[in-house]
Amino acid sequence: MSDERLPDGVERHTFDGMTRLATRGDPVYGEPTDGEWRAWNPHRSKLGAMLELGMETGLSGGEPVLYLGAASGTTVSHVADFAGPTYAVEFAARPTRDLLAAAESRSRLFPLLADARKPETYAHIVESDVDAIVQDVATRGQARVALENARFLADDGRLLLAVKARSEDVTRDPAAVFDDVRTALSDGYEIIEDQRLDDYQTDHLGIVARPRTE
Amino acid sequence: MTDGTDPGEAGWFVGVDPGDVDGATAAIMNETATEPRSWPRLAVASGYADSEREYYDRLHEVTMAATRSAVEAAERADDRQLVHAVRAMDDCTRTANELAERVAEWAGTIDPDAETGIEYARELAEREADLPASGAPVRSLAGRVVELADEAEGLRAFVERQTPTVAPNLAALAGPVLAARLISLVGGLEELAKKPSGTVQVLGAEDALFAHLRGHAPSPKHGIIYTHDAVRGTHPDNRGSAARAVAGKLAIAARIDHYSGELNPDLEAELADRIETIQAREVESNE
Repeated sequence: MSDERLPDGVERHTFDGMTRLATRGDPVYGEPTDGEWRAWNPHRSKLGAMLELGMETGLSGGEPVLYLGAASGTTVSHVADFAGPTYAVEFAARPTRDLLAAAESRSRLFPLLADARKPETYAHIVESDVDAIVQDVATRGQARVALENARFLADDGRLLLAVKARSEDVTRDPAAVFDDVRTALSDGYEIIEDQRLDDYQTDHLGIVARPRTE
Repeated sequence: MTDGTDPGEAGWFVGVDPGDVDGATAAIMNETATEPRSWPRLAVASGYADSEREYYDRLHEVTMAATRSAVEAAERADDRQLVHAVRAMDDCTRTANELAERVAEWAGTIDPDAETGIEYARELAEREADLPASGAPVRSLAGRVVELADEAEGLRAFVERQTPTVAPNLAALAGPVLAARLISLVGGLEELAKKPSGTVQVLGAEDALFAHLRGHAPSPKHGIIYTHDAVRGTHPDNRGSAARAVAGKLAIAARIDHYSGELNPDLEAELADRIETIQAREVESNE
């Protein structure tokens, strides 16, 4: 049942006859469970989609993670299930209410109501040298958010970025938006792999990148 | 290298007593730092926690408490309450109208004098039992329609009372209900205060705006501010100008309301003056 691309703590389990990704933890959004395992829905989680598509995330399980754009905690709850200390940054109050509920039973999930564009408002809390930054923010300037937060990432860490084309510019061709994001990102990151997530999420690009070290 | 205790560069736990959850919560919410550091290690080194395990346990406790209180403060803010109230009011009105249509259609089968609308539902609900026994269910439904319509009225009264305290200038210029709708469309007073007037002008006309941006429609002249008398009362040829003038003043009003909160009576006079000029133009163009 092991899969070399999946982090420890993420496994494929069978739910209602379908093999799906799963992690161990309290259910958060009404997902099906199998004993202590709960299904990870790639249609609701961009990181789930990236894993489902076989992207090499570099996650191994148990490492510190900074998660930007945690929203209601759908994805970050799965991350906290298999990763180590998980810092969840979300800017909007309403979804953070649900995030708090997801964090209740996860002692290594730290919810923070903060603006991911202003890392100095949480740099006194989030530790340095995290092994992964997972970013899923629906705001314009997604590349800039990733660059601003590079200060948290270990030199051999990974940025796992889901770019939402519509947040940058609804009227432009997503492919053109993705090109711009790739270019902007190259100021601080080297892209290892990118893939459209269209099977699961419309007009999203999944990017795996590592920090550029001079 | 420093030890992470410089002012403005310190971890949240610096200067906080290990048992002091309130102090830690305040530090989480209010402090800042430009660079992250190995906080768990530094916290253990400084004696705040005996082990990283204990550090993380405390961090969980204080981030939960700090974030919960920040969320509560944000959600209890008066403008958020107003947003919920005006949305609930619209939901009640829409549902009441929908159900009133159903009542009218149903009642038409047993009441020869059946009419339409909420007024008929009210009449039906209050009517003495002169209908056949089979009329009981439709009368009960009519009763619900009346309750929903009353609820909508109650919410409107709340909005009319509350908006002037939350956004005095906006309420004075746009009327309390339109002011509350504008705040509701963007999600809050601060958000509205940050919108340019061109955005305020087309709030509520997003479909038309995006059709325009995709290149197959003219730009919308106005969104929900169409309901403002100064826009609706202006000749269609000049409505674009009127909408622009109204939106400009509303954007300013929202900014004053958010950043200062004091009523500025000049705004209303300036807008009235400008609208008068615009409406006078209509006469000339028609002659």
